[in-house]
Amino acid sequence: MTSPSPAAVPPSAASPARRPVVALLGNPNTGKTTLFNALSGLNHRVGNYPGVTVESKKGHMVCAGRHFELIDLPGTYSLAPRSPDEMVTVNIILGHQEGETRPDVVVCIVDASNLERNLYLTTQALELGVPVVIALNMIDVAHAQGIEIDVPALAERLGVPVVSIQANRRRGLDELGKAVAHAVGGAAPPRHPAFPPPFERETAELAAALGDGVPPYLVRRLLLDVGGWTETRLVARLGDTLQGRVGDARKRLAEAGCPVPAVEARSRYGWIREALAGCVHRPAVRPVTWTDRLDRWLTHRLAGTLVFLAVMFLLFQSIFTAARPFMRWIDAARGYLADLIGHSLPAGPFTSLLVEGVLGGVGAVVIFLPQILILFGFIAILEDCGYMARAAFLMDRLMARCGLSGKSFIPLLSSMACAVPGILATRVIEDRRDRLATIVVAPLMSCSARLPVYILLIGAFLTDGYPFWLAGLTMFALYALGLVLAPLVALLLKRTLLRGQPPVFVMEMPPYKWPSLRAVLRRMFDSGWAFLQRAGTVILASMVLVWVLLNFPAGDYPERIAALNASVAEEREKADALRESIAPQVREVRRLARLERNAATADKHDTYQRQRAAVKGQMAPTLAELEQLERRLGPVDEQVNRLEEEWKRGSYLGRIGRLIEPVVRPLGWDWRIGVAVLASFPAREVVVSTLGIIYQQGKVDTEEIREADYAEVADTGLGKALSDARFDDDPARRVFTVPTAVSLMVFFALCCQCASTLAVIRRETRSWTWAAFTFVYMTALAYLAALIVYQVGSLLS
Amino acid sequence: MFTLDRLPPGQRGRILSLTGDAILVQRLMEMGMLEGDEVEMIGAAPLGDPLEVRLGDSRLSLRRSEAARVEVQPLS
Repeated sequence: MTSPSPAAVPPSAASPARRPVVALLGNPNTGKTTLFNALSGLNHRVGNYPGVTVESKKGHMVCAGRHFELIDLPGTYSLAPRSPDEMVTVNIILGHQEGETRPDVVVCIVDASNLERNLYLTTQALELGVPVVIALNMIDVAHAQGIEIDVPALAERLGVPVVSIQANRRRGLDELGKAVAHAVGGAAPPRHPAFPPPFERETAELAAALGDGVPPYLVRRLLLDVGGWTETRLVARLGDTLQGRVGDARKRLAEAGCPVPAVEARSRYGWIREALAGCVHRPAVRPVTWTDRLDRWLTHRLAGTLVFLAVMFLLFQSIFTAARPFMRWIDAARGYLADLIGHSLPAGPFTSLLVEGVLGGVGAVVIFLPQILILFGFIAILEDCGYMARAAFLMDRLMARCGLSGKSFIPLLSSMACAVPGILATRVIEDRRDRLATIVVAPLMSCSARLPVYILLIGAFLTDGYPFWLAGLTMFALYALGLVLAPLVALLLKRTLLRGQPPVFVMEMPPYKWPSLRAVLRRMFDSGWAFLQRAGTVILASMVLVWVLLNFPAGDYPERIAALNASVAEEREKADALRESIAPQVREVRRLARLERNAATADKHDTYQRQRAAVKGQMAPTLAELEQLERRLGPVDEQVNRLEEEWKRGSYLGRIGRLIEPVVRPLGWDWRIGVAVLASFPAREVVVSTLGIIYQQGKVDTEEIREADYAEVADTGLGKALSDARFDDDPARRVFTVPTAVSLMVFFALCCQCASTLAVIRRETRSWTWAAFTFVYMTALAYLAALIVYQVGSLLS
Repeated sequence: MFTLDRLPPGQRGRILSLTGDAILVQRLMEMGMLEGDEVEMIGAAPLGDPLEVRLGDSRLSLRRSEAARVEVQPLS
């Protein structure tokens, strides 16, 4: 049974000056994004709708010489809004969204191999009084399954143009454009599913009671969506009498045999099936598809789990190994720029600001770009090919124990490399509370920026004199700490602050398809660019701030240091050149030493030893020269470092550090550690270089620390300096005892020292509240844990 | 009441009714779970939960607790 629409006036006369607006609507996984990209090319921009977390995606399309504004609406299964985010889509099509023009045409993209379900959303769109064009996508997939569709007949039955397309192969796009151009300014769809008379009566009554303020579509939604957003909003606005009225109407409908929400599904699917009968021919027996075959393995109890673990392992490995060469390259570029600036500009605060504050700070963050890009790429591939849903399926039981759902797994896993892409990946989580809980615990997953600190401290304090496995075990324990606490915190949040109705898990497992390289690259580029922009602003600002606090007041230290350096400039240059010349041999010696240590047989051990001695012999003359230079440079370097240390101690940050010393003493730290921790709040990686400065080691190469294995670290200048460090007021006592080292690592494991992460949280939650909350709870947690570890550790040792 | 979560893998069932939380019921219906339609149980995840079913042309996954809201009549 169909109902004719009243002759509708076109929603907006497309004046020649204004470009027509075309909205894309469709289920997830129907190729909507592919279509959007194909139509808009590279002209697209992403923005915000006020007050909600869903992003606006707009583009510009040219077809047959005409220009259109394209707007990509979020993928959805129905226009029954259950949250402010879902309401935005409805509002846009109704023309009620602030700041948005009502679309002139809605293009409903449907999957030809799953026509019935896809058309459900379309039938809702048909009621909204806007011209509709149906884009029938994936017709090749349908054919492969033996499904034949009589497209003209279908268009006749549905009452709107139906254009067959293959978005991924860019077929049919011209016809689609023409159909869209034709539909602009045309009539609203002539037919849509009719609801039973009792329902229409109740709707009319309710509409009369509500008056003109509520559009007819929303009156129907009010009646149909029990506990939906329309009901929530209108009851909040108009009071409980409305609730009572709606409740009574629903009761009457149930008695009349038209219970909500079933009446909607029945009416719509009934109409759809009638329309499809005779237009769609299917084989008598459903053929087995590739998806069926693959899923037999990929969701299988044993095989599926193994494949899943393999995929996750691959994800991780690729991040750590594939990113390495790029990270080295970025660090080299940063070093090159730093040298360039250092040599071209006169020494002074501005140069130092540029080199240390800006380059050093931004460099510390940009160096993660390769990891982030690889992670995004991997996630994009997994999502595009359809495996993501299987991952959520496999992990759901585990995640449900933590109060979350399977969809949180990949975001949390990604956060183990870097929380920024992990948090961005939470967009797939539809439930607002689940998403927030995942975002807020993501930074607890030990990210790669924490590695330099772990390696430094473990190397300096937990290797010599300790069993060989202790280093690895400690590293594992630190990772495990975050892994264990994250679900606990999530559970706590879901029981308290984020308490609410358990979300619906029902999830479609889309058919597998080859991921589109174009789409993946585009995702990678978009995310990478957004990350860089953030690094360019937030990080830059905070690093500059830290630099200022650490370097001022400067007094005459810069001059004195510069004078000292100038006095040995020649020697230093020569020494640098010599070191540069033997650098490959030094790396070779280190590599051979590593091989020697790990040699399996005595023979191999001897071979490596001999090789190492040979290389060392080659370097001998250069080393001798260096040694001579060092004898001149040594005392000057010491003086410079001492001055640096005095300078930093008297700086603002140094003073703050000394001020908070009583607070950090119970953790076993002294003021120097306090300063290093404070300085690393914008980017935790910075702690290593800051420790270097404060412990008079000059510039410490963090990259060197990251690459070193534990035994080597203990030998570096910083490693030794840390183990020799003593308390100011009690020189007999060593600062870096094992409990102190562990408490520092535990603090780093749990504290949110990453301005990038906080910026992303703010952006994804559209408010500062949750970013601030994350910062506060993690700092508190970190402090408490470090405190417990130190106190208990000292008691035990 | 025989519910969907008890349908053995490979078996088909006819949907008799959907009960319980209105939001869940609405969501299931939107996805195509209608009284009188057929649904096929594909299987469970390795950890026992959630379940995967075939509904029309789609594969749907849902938790046992959600499947327990769908009364079905097993078909031979």
